[in-house]
Amino acid sequence: MSRKEKGKLWTLFTSMLSISAFTFGGGFVIVTLMKRRFVDELGWLEENDMLDMTALAQTCPGAIAVNAAILAGRSVAGVRGIAAAVLGTIIPPVAILSVISYCYTQFAENAWVAAALAGMQAGVAAVIVDVVLNLGGGILKEKKRLIHAVLMGAFMASLLGVNAIHIVLACAGIGALNAVCMRRHQA
Amino acid sequence: MILLKLFASFFQIGLFSVGGGYAAMPLIEAQAVDAFGWLTTQEFTSLVTIAEMTPGPIAVNAATFVGMRLAGIPGAIFATLGCIFPSLIIVTLMSVLYEKYRSLDTMQAVLACLRPAAVALIASAAITILRVALLNGGTLKIENIRPLGVSLFAAALFALRKKRMSPIVVMLLCGAAGIAAHAVGL
Repeated sequence: MSRKEKGKLWTLFTSMLSISAFTFGGGFVIVTLMKRRFVDELGWLEENDMLDMTALAQTCPGAIAVNAAILAGRSVAGVRGIAAAVLGTIIPPVAILSVISYCYTQFAENAWVAAALAGMQAGVAAVIVDVVLNLGGGILKEKKRLIHAVLMGAFMASLLGVNAIHIVLACAGIGALNAVCMRRHQA
Repeated sequence: MILLKLFASFFQIGLFSVGGGYAAMPLIEAQAVDAFGWLTTQEFTSLVTIAEMTPGPIAVNAATFVGMRLAGIPGAIFATLGCIFPSLIIVTLMSVLYEKYRSLDTMQAVLACLRPAAVALIASAAITILRVALLNGGTLKIENIRPLGVSLFAAALFALRKKRMSPIVVMLLCGAAGIAAHAVGL
């Protein structure tokens, strides 16, 4: 392994480690942080790659954060990349929960912990809104009516409580149908 | 062999929880509470609370928590490995297929519709988190508004969008602000 390769794996590992240590609020928060790190800061992935990975991570079984780490890790540095990204993702929760398992009642009822978390929730909300504004702007700029309709439809369905996996599958179906129609049109 | 039992049990949880944390919870309850009695219902409830308060996927949190209580650190490691093992196989396979077929026209059309869906799901997660952070999880009413949450959110969004501050720094500062506000009794 060359020195450059080692450096890349190390950056991948430490990026996922720091991102995973702050993913309060579910898998989609980690995806937004990964987008900022790997697309905007490091330029390792394209915005569209990250969106494809989000949809794939959601459709496969298992935790979204782990799935997204596998996809991004492999895309950046192959099998070694998977190992680096997945280790980075699971070390923080495993370490934190190992310690907390000894004193979980005290932790869950501590007023200082609750105060820090209440503050961090506002920060998490700002991070995810920031990324949604960037991604949403990118989609709306495309000026394709079908894409806009899918965005609005999927958003409304998700707000109404439709299961995310059903939304992803329905949108994949719409895309496939569209491909068939376009081919008919050309023929 | 408790370690193998932990591995097998969390392997099933990892394999059948499609769609993230909220899909995993009932599976964890079925395995750890109902099938094996590793946790009482009350312990499971505290686990859910802690999982929401700590970073990381709920399934990994649960695996570590249950593994740790049953067999210490080796237990935590075996349960966590069991939980991520299905992902490692299935997602790697999907990744190979994705790279192989992504340039096909049909695949392009499918991906073109999956991208807005991904953005919509992230946007919907944003709404949920906004409701918790700004409105205490309630509806849009004056009495639900958290002044501290609203001002921190506005400051954080400004720092992210106008100052290009790193998200992790922003979240840490917000946590510190929460502690400071508690210290002065806000």
